[in-house]
Amino acid sequence: MSLNLFLQNVANGLSLGSLYALIAIGYTMVYGILRLINFAHGEIFMLAPYFLYFGVLIFHLPWWASIIVAIALTATTGMLSERIAYKPLRDAPRISVLISAIGVSFFLQNLAIVVFSGIPKAVHRPEFFTRLYRFGEIRIQSTLFASIIVSSIFLTLLLYVVYRTKTGLAMRAISTDIETSRLMAVDVDKTISITFIVGSALAAVGGILWGLRFPQLFPTMGMIPGLKAFIAAVVGGIGNIPGAMLGGLILGMSEILFVAFLPALSGYRDAFVFLILILILLFKPDGILGKKIQEKV
Amino acid sequence: MKKQNEKILTILALIVLGILVYLAENNLDAYKLRILNLGAIYVTLAVSLNLIYGFTGQFSLGHAGFMAIGAYVTSLLVLPPYYKEMIYILEPLAWPFTVIHTPFIVALFLGGLFAAIAAFIIGLPVLRLKGDYLGIATLGFAEIIRIIANNIPQVTNGALGIKGIPEFTNLWWSVGVAVVTIYIIKGLIESSYGRALMAIRENEIAAEVIGVNLTYHKVMSFTISAFFAGVAGGLFACLLTTIDPKAFMFVMTFNILIVVVMGGLGSITGTVLAAFLFNFFLEFLRPIEAGFNIGPIKIPQVPGMRMVTFSALLLVIILFKQKGLLGGFEFSWKGFFQFINKLFGNKKSSEGSVR
Amino acid sequence: MELLNIDNITMKFGGLTAVSNFKLKIAPGELIGLIGPNGAGKTTVFNMITGIYTPTINKIYFQDQDITGIKPDKIAKVGIARTFQNIRLMENLTVIDNVMIGFHLHLKSNLASAILKFPTYVREEESIYHKSMELLEKVELEKFKLEKAGSLPYGQQRKLEIVRALATGPKLLLLDEPAAGMNPQETKELMNFIQKIQDDFGLSIFLIEHDMKVVMGICRRILVMDYGITIAEGNPAEIQNNPEVIKAYLGVDANYA
Repeated sequence: MSLNLFLQNVANGLSLGSLYALIAIGYTMVYGILRLINFAHGEIFMLAPYFLYFGVLIFHLPWWASIIVAIALTATTGMLSERIAYKPLRDAPRISVLISAIGVSFFLQNLAIVVFSGIPKAVHRPEFFTRLYRFGEIRIQSTLFASIIVSSIFLTLLLYVVYRTKTGLAMRAISTDIETSRLMAVDVDKTISITFIVGSALAAVGGILWGLRFPQLFPTMGMIPGLKAFIAAVVGGIGNIPGAMLGGLILGMSEILFVAFLPALSGYRDAFVFLILILILLFKPDGILGKKIQEKV
Repeated sequence: MKKQNEKILTILALIVLGILVYLAENNLDAYKLRILNLGAIYVTLAVSLNLIYGFTGQFSLGHAGFMAIGAYVTSLLVLPPYYKEMIYILEPLAWPFTVIHTPFIVALFLGGLFAAIAAFIIGLPVLRLKGDYLGIATLGFAEIIRIIANNIPQVTNGALGIKGIPEFTNLWWSVGVAVVTIYIIKGLIESSYGRALMAIRENEIAAEVIGVNLTYHKVMSFTISAFFAGVAGGLFACLLTTIDPKAFMFVMTFNILIVVVMGGLGSITGTVLAAFLFNFFLEFLRPIEAGFNIGPIKIPQVPGMRMVTFSALLLVIILFKQKGLLGGFEFSWKGFFQFINKLFGNKKSSEGSVR
Repeated sequence: MELLNIDNITMKFGGLTAVSNFKLKIAPGELIGLIGPNGAGKTTVFNMITGIYTPTINKIYFQDQDITGIKPDKIAKVGIARTFQNIRLMENLTVIDNVMIGFHLHLKSNLASAILKFPTYVREEESIYHKSMELLEKVELEKFKLEKAGSLPYGQQRKLEIVRALATGPKLLLLDEPAAGMNPQETKELMNFIQKIQDDFGLSIFLIEHDMKVVMGICRRILVMDYGITIAEGNPAEIQNNPEVIKAYLGVDANYA
């Protein structure tokens, strides 16, 4: 493989990886606090580009306004799903919440089919998003830069919030021990809502970047990227935010390079990602940055 | 109630069931028969999922994968060789599939067997995981199986799938398999081995310390569960007459999970009822999608409303009736007669059901 | 012949040494107590004996057989049973089911004969039922046989857990704080019960306890642990007057008669 092709692939890997990172953070934050794999997170990711395009096409909002509205709507959906479907089950066996999450996931998917129709929509994007930059032989779409830059900004903001603000402290407290946090006057419900809002907003950003890059929208488009983002969170260490970022980048790179080096096996690209998941779960279940939690016998 | 009497009652019930199946097969139209067949197949699928999940407590989301293995194996064995040559247009069918041709029952059994073998291989490493991690790992394996099916056209005809499968499945087969499944799984649950499985569900560490070999029992439960999922897959293939990888996506496992949750984890009776209710409802809701009138209000045609309603239904059940529609109730002849007695005011004292 | 020989074992978790150079020989029929402040490493010793942890250094022998690091279910088969500090019953199963599970490890019938209810299996199942009822009668729980184990009051749950352990037919029984949460009357009954089952079943018993009445009352030999180290060993009188023991529990030099 020529150097240029390799660099092209690396660039693609970084771009894809940063999108996975944005989505993975939502999974890891929710898991850290509620020990729940939020199956519906992929659908949150899916809704954002739909909201965006509908804002532009139906309500004729300018692009920048539509982006903000889309993120806000998506974050609200995420917060509502928690209030309606997860909060009542906080004391129920964990499996119940998991099933509820699967239920929300399918509900949102099918609702999207009903409201937006299941036919994939090809959307027209303004030139700003399709401009190609050339570096020697390599061609990079502007969205690739956007992905990396935007992701980095938001991720830095998030790290600031989590590690330097009171809200972030509350989040970290709850992820260690909900009951004690309550006793320490932490508003658990509000903090959990904020966690979902933030996670959903990040997924929305990821969804919008994705939609700008691959402008074919269909209601089930959130499933596979959602699952892969979850795998990224596990790889990095579930519950660990920097881990989610690292996992996202690693997974994105691995996926692109797998296809690049083994083009004959490209049909197996998703299987490759699942294989990584299974291997991590079997050999290093805490992920790269995670820590082991021992059960007291 | 003496064991003898229970056995007699069960045999009588089976005879009644046989008569009902005979009447149905000879009088109902194809549409209704298909729904009943699906209901019976779902019984097998849901009871087998209940074995590994409701009784052994292992959250496995891989059922669709085992179904797929059974469906493909059965189809390949049941289609005549010359026909297979015709439909494999992406790539010629590989040997020995070109020459193998077996009777239906052998094909079903082998479908289950291959699914069981896959479960054994997957189960040994994966069943060490717990809870959500096990769920995601088994989901991963099911997806890998599906992706493989998509990518080996010389065996599975890839994304095109297999068409024209002979329609061997009728109510005798689907109900028959369901009855056998219930008989075996019930037999397992009501034995010492069943107690061991439930002990694992309740408290794994204590179970191990009490002398229960975790690996043996978990893998055993997983393998048996997969066997019946595979057989159900074979029945499924010979009912729909066409299969392709898209039929075995996670939605399929989710449907079976809905049935298990609706019926109540660890309740075989509930599962049977839920399996049929689920399929009836799905059909019953079809008109919603076609559009209908409530008085002066015209409700437009909305494809996909069925599944929206269904997902909402699942959420409602999970949120309000966590023990399933029947609350963990299990049918027994003793309980049935006590119920009748109570209805007619007899003062017989009743013991609670054992499980 | 000694029954259990713990040969100077040490347990390290990463950089933390939980247990250091623990040694003990238990002969058949002995009743031995293990005491010490919380966090001393007592339950860790139990966990090492029962295969939940593998000692980092050295070995454990049972009836001259090396059982170091063998999985818990094999330990049970070899003849060692235990109860837990924070009762681990199968809460949603009935009381009698909890006991019957204890007999599973000795089941001779294979899976197929159990599923298909062959006569040999049916006979075994009936025998298990009767033996389980006998055990329940010993602790006066037979009336509750069909109740869910989790619905029993605390003291009775403890008794059920002990009886479940007895079902496995052990030669050595490890009891982890069996008297925890019991009132004086229940404690007295427990003491009698422990001595009774020792006689009836010919067991050796090794118990962890904080209740000194129990330990001093029924144990012939007592070991004291603190911070993973065995600081004293002897009979009740010797232990009560041992200054190291007093210091470990009270933190000061005091005369405690």
